[in-house]
Amino acid sequence: MENLISRYRNVTILAALLFVQVLGLAVQVKRSNENEPTRLIRIWAVSAVTPFERTIVFLQNGTGNIWHNYFYLRGVRQENRDLKQKIQQLEIERARLSEDAEQAHRLQALLGFKEEFISQTVAAQVIGSSGSEQSRSVYIDKGRLDGVRADMAVITADGIIGKVLRVEKGHVASVLLINDQTSGVGAILEKTRLQGVLRGTPGGEVVLEKVMSDETVPAGERVLTSGGDQIFPKGLIVGTVTKVSLGQDLFLNIRVKPAADLSRLEEVLVITQQQEREPAVTDATPTRAADILAERLPSVPVKPPTEAPKTAAAPAGGTSTPNPNASKTTAASSPGRAASPKTTGTTAKAGNESATTVPSAANPGTPKAASLPSQNAPKKPASTGTTKAQPASAKPQVPPASEPSPDATKPQDQPQ
Amino acid sequence: MQAFVPLKLHFFTIFDLPLLVVIFFAVARRSQVSGMLTGAAIGLLQDALTPSLPIGVYGIANTVVGYGASSLGVKIDVENAGSRLLVTLFFYVVHEIIYFTVARGMVGLTLHWSWLHELGSAFANAVVAVGMFALLDRFKQRT
Repeated sequence: MENLISRYRNVTILAALLFVQVLGLAVQVKRSNENEPTRLIRIWAVSAVTPFERTIVFLQNGTGNIWHNYFYLRGVRQENRDLKQKIQQLEIERARLSEDAEQAHRLQALLGFKEEFISQTVAAQVIGSSGSEQSRSVYIDKGRLDGVRADMAVITADGIIGKVLRVEKGHVASVLLINDQTSGVGAILEKTRLQGVLRGTPGGEVVLEKVMSDETVPAGERVLTSGGDQIFPKGLIVGTVTKVSLGQDLFLNIRVKPAADLSRLEEVLVITQQQEREPAVTDATPTRAADILAERLPSVPVKPPTEAPKTAAAPAGGTSTPNPNASKTTAASSPGRAASPKTTGTTAKAGNESATTVPSAANPGTPKAASLPSQNAPKKPASTGTTKAQPASAKPQVPPASEPSPDATKPQDQPQ
Repeated sequence: MQAFVPLKLHFFTIFDLPLLVVIFFAVARRSQVSGMLTGAAIGLLQDALTPSLPIGVYGIANTVVGYGASSLGVKIDVENAGSRLLVTLFFYVVHEIIYFTVARGMVGLTLHWSWLHELGSAFANAVVAVGMFALLDRFKQRT
């Protein structure tokens, strides 16, 4: 090495001189970014170090994947079965919860609220940290080219972890964690609905500030984002209250344990897009948990419907006076609804019940349909007593074919 | 002179007197270390007197020119006017290329390169260099 330097002494000195001057330039020159100008030397340092970090993380993950996907496959089948079972349980739970959510949406719509929801995210890997105790930040492998911008929220499945502080050119960005001293997050307590500001401490802990000392805050209460900082969407999990004590200036000192483990971050999500919308209220009947369960149970096969005898309607079709019952029999889609005026007169109430309980001749499980004709039936003054029989969907019995109806009229097809 | 004359004669800005001084001393001393140090010193001084530029732009360019000129001065005879003209022409173009590269690539300045303008300036500087070197030779002999 010394021989090399002494042999190329002049070139070495030239290189050293140029290096010093380039370094000096890099310290002075600032490249303008979105937030604030960044020194060239910082850009170079980050660009020089991040490829190695990405390579190391890639190798680490690759080795881990090979181990887990090829060598460590014991118990995979059983785990698969267990997971499928769990999925089924969760689907039922989800259906139940979606009912509650729909109700909440309807109420929100009534009050005219707008909700913010996460419409787009980008998954990123943590490739490095600031390496300093004074600054709690990490570097991720997504940058400007991936759609990441400054002041975007960064979360994990467990909860929020911070916001994008600076975006470098290419595929690198730095994220300020919530336990950094300079961080500030708008937060709200889940049950008491008290709002405050979440800040980091020099020791790396998280405290909730600006809560008046006369309020009661129980330990163990969950802390969520309030959405007031316009960075984090409302309702995201922040952590849980661990300790409450009196602080300065009539405020409480509330220690919060973050839900996400900030010291073991590997993969995170960057919220790249949020949208506001009116909560959608669907009129459709929500899927019930009972329906999902019912789908899985064995069911009685549906007997194909038999055609209703139309002979009862034929004599009624030639007369002039309206016969609601006759019209119903011709227009009824269910053959089970065919009924003679006499029979319907005597079984006014029972007709509905029988129509619903005899599935062979009527549409099964359609009590509404069974009673529909009675609602649409034109009211007719009772002459022979037969027209009082409103439920044309009475017994699905075969009416006597030869008995003419005194009130029979020409058939009036009334679309149901 | 580089700082004051252009106030009165605007066209004087095409002449880069510090560069000509670097070339002269680098060629005269024929020591690469001495040449590059002279270039670095004069270049940094020039940067310091240019408030719109960060320090180091001219420094880098003049350091390279000082090293190159001293290397060349060892190998060829640069006492006659013709070789001085050519040497100055060559190193002026090298100086401008390095300056443009650093100013655009690192500092981010918006500069426009025109071969016609640069070659014209190089020729003008080379002509001035011939006269100036002769003057400096006399000054060197006296001291």
